Amino acid sequence: MENREKADCGFLVFENTSEVIQAENLLKKMGWEIRVMGPPPEIRSGCDLVIEFPLIEELKITKILEDAGIPPLQAVPVTSPLLQPVDLLKIKDFGRHLMVQAANMKLTIDKESLTIVNISGGGCPDVPFLAEQMVGKGLNEAPSPREIGHTLCGYALQLAYEETKRRCLQS
Amino acid sequence: MLAVVGTVPDPEFPLLAGRVTLENGDICIQGRRVTIKRGTPALLAAAVKVGEVLNQEEPFGYLVGDIGRGDGSQKLYQYLVQHLKHSDFHTIAFHYVQPLVGWHSRIQSVIQKLTPKPILIADAGFMYVAKMSGRSNAYDLFTPDMGELAFLADELAPHPFYTRGFLLHEENHVPDLIARAYAHGNAARYLLVKGRKDYIANKDGVQAMIESPLEEAMEAIGGTGDTLSGIVASVIASGMEVGQAAILAARINRLAGYYAQPSPASQVSEIIQYIPKALEDILNRQKEYHERS
Repeated sequence: MENREKADCGFLVFENTSEVIQAENLLKKMGWEIRVMGPPPEIRSGCDLVIEFPLIEELKITKILEDAGIPPLQAVPVTSPLLQPVDLLKIKDFGRHLMVQAANMKLTIDKESLTIVNISGGGCPDVPFLAEQMVGKGLNEAPSPREIGHTLCGYALQLAYEETKRRCLQS
Repeated sequence: MLAVVGTVPDPEFPLLAGRVTLENGDICIQGRRVTIKRGTPALLAAAVKVGEVLNQEEPFGYLVGDIGRGDGSQKLYQYLVQHLKHSDFHTIAFHYVQPLVGWHSRIQSVIQKLTPKPILIADAGFMYVAKMSGRSNAYDLFTPDMGELAFLADELAPHPFYTRGFLLHEENHVPDLIARAYAHGNAARYLLVKGRKDYIANKDGVQAMIESPLEEAMEAIGGTGDTLSGIVASVIASGMEVGQAAILAARINRLAGYYAQPSPASQVSEIIQYIPKALEDILNRQKEYHERS
């Protein structure tokens, strides 16, 4: 990995320059440390400006932009813009309990009561917070990681949460 | 003496530095109490329990509130840059902290000037930032789970969320992932890979594998990796060599889990209470073995 000092940064890619300016104004007003710059050659979609942002907080920042009606086309790591978020989900059936894993995050549910009984894995500081807010609550009552999380670990938990809902609430 | 650096999931929790004790199931630091659920409080609780059996002094904690905004972590990084240079810890375990490359580099600059250099353990967010920064080899021990091992093995991924799929497939052999992590300079001097089987490895490959007792439910229980990190940190701080300490810690954590007979709905506090019994039983067995031979 080259350019290690930028390893915790990402690029937000937008459809057009107007969206970049709106997003820059909004995020700077909210106190985020961001900057507008030209995109690297690997990024072939969007306009000719991107916003550099703190990658770890991708979950929170993309939610802010989506809520403001200026969702980015992509959010990618500065050091490897071609990388995609994890899409491999693993399922472990314990009988009464079901565990869904996305990347480094695992969410376990009681299949009978649909209560979230455990959240494990992860390393960003919102993981213990998310666990405190979600464990012991029903799948339909617990806040989603997308609503209260901040980081990429929170994002991975969101994927596990969505898959758990898909499996347990669809029937 | 062991120092532990981490966060508490409470935005109002101030930055505190001091000895950590256990009182009625809570950890206590500078008069503040924290319930043990998972994360750094679970690591500290396990470390205190081990220290009690091994007659070690209580760990020194550097704790701050952070719920993922990174504000608490930044204060903690700043405090450590100012204060670690005056410390003489035997072992420092870094844990749930927002991964921030610039601050990590500043901490490393301070630590590299310490004499003697402390033994450095990184888990959770601090392991991520060590790898992101290309400074994994500054650490003596990483304690990844299987998903995090795939991240260490992926030379491109800046975070486990971006680990490439071909490295996450279960059919990947753990020894291959370990070798790949070392080949790209993304592993500490030792790795303690926690999972269904625990692997202790260094640059020469897998040195030991611990697979019993096996409690399948442990994987689902939040905080069981934190307790393993706390146990190994405390054992290392007692003076044991890192590789041997990792083997002992894996045995203790698994045996404590076995004694707790957990379900996937159990909470880590139910396991922590069995750590002293697990450690004492293992030490007694070792003593009996040496007396017989």
